[in-house]
Amino acid sequence: MKSYTKYDPLVEYVLRSADNTLILGHRLSELCGHGPVLEQDIAITNISLDLLGQSRMYLQYAAQQIGNNETEDTLAFLRDGMQFRNCQLTEQPNGDFAHTIIRSFIFDSYHFYFCQSLKSSTDSSLAEIAAKSLKEVTYHRKFSSEWTIRLGDGTAESNERMQKALENLWPYSGELTEEDAVDAKMAAEGIGVDLKDISGSINDYRNNILERAGLKVPEKVFMHSGGKKGLHTEHHGYILAEMQFMQRAYPGLNW
Amino acid sequence: MSNEKDWPLWEIFIRSRAGLNHKHVGSLHAADAEMAIENARDVYTRRNEGISIWVVESKYIKASNPADEESLFEPASDKIYRHPTFYDLPDELKHM
Repeated sequence: MKSYTKYDPLVEYVLRSADNTLILGHRLSELCGHGPVLEQDIAITNISLDLLGQSRMYLQYAAQQIGNNETEDTLAFLRDGMQFRNCQLTEQPNGDFAHTIIRSFIFDSYHFYFCQSLKSSTDSSLAEIAAKSLKEVTYHRKFSSEWTIRLGDGTAESNERMQKALENLWPYSGELTEEDAVDAKMAAEGIGVDLKDISGSINDYRNNILERAGLKVPEKVFMHSGGKKGLHTEHHGYILAEMQFMQRAYPGLNW
Repeated sequence: MSNEKDWPLWEIFIRSRAGLNHKHVGSLHAADAEMAIENARDVYTRRNEGISIWVVESKYIKASNPADEESLFEPASDKIYRHPTFYDLPDELKHM
């Protein structure tokens, strides 16, 4: 088993977006055929496919940077948990529909400003991926925001469930905008997003939607982090077990 | 969320290309018009089927009664002179 692997800063950086979109995309794909109603089932599956498409672009770029016969498939299906760089929020379970929506709302509100800023990257590959993603992410953010308002401002039960989901998932919101050495280096070189720069817009956007939803932002919360370094919660391994099963059991299997 | 049965039914009309009419494509459930448009986007335009969406709550559509078919439509069937097929068109008139 390969343990902790250190990649070049650019690869580290690209894998973060690749894995955020891959893991959240996989999580949402678990709901295919299980959505609360047919229309939302299709909407969530569409969003899942958008995210997997974005992940492929990042993974292809990362594989090209690593060389050494690495491909998008080897990166997705043959890396072990500690080599994944997704933020811990994205691996949290679907729970009830409130948890699914709040998880997406926290991620989408970050992802929108991230892509908007990455569009101006000096790295033309990343700039192009961001420009293509932004159209999709704009819809994702609208979808999860409107459901947050609708359910937060819905019945007593829906409000209670949304508040509970917010309290359970808010501790994973900090990592998305927490800058580490790789983020700082990439931002300084004009390749990556300056997370300090976009934090204000993200907070304003979230506060506005949560206020309209009648939900209270949890205060004095301990923020979990570590996903960007390869440290994950207990849920991560189960995702890999399902996602990677075919390639692990039948190495090199093709469609 | 309340039971889907509480959500009204909406009829969905999609314009596939500029210049064409909105065409009825089906129906779906949604809590309000805004959600109906988004649901229609997700259900009916996944494969580039449209550039514009209309939604109408089904209860507002008044339909003709199938039992009235004879009196409504059959009288037109023997009035072939209503079709513009009896005119001699000048040669310079194209694309008719």
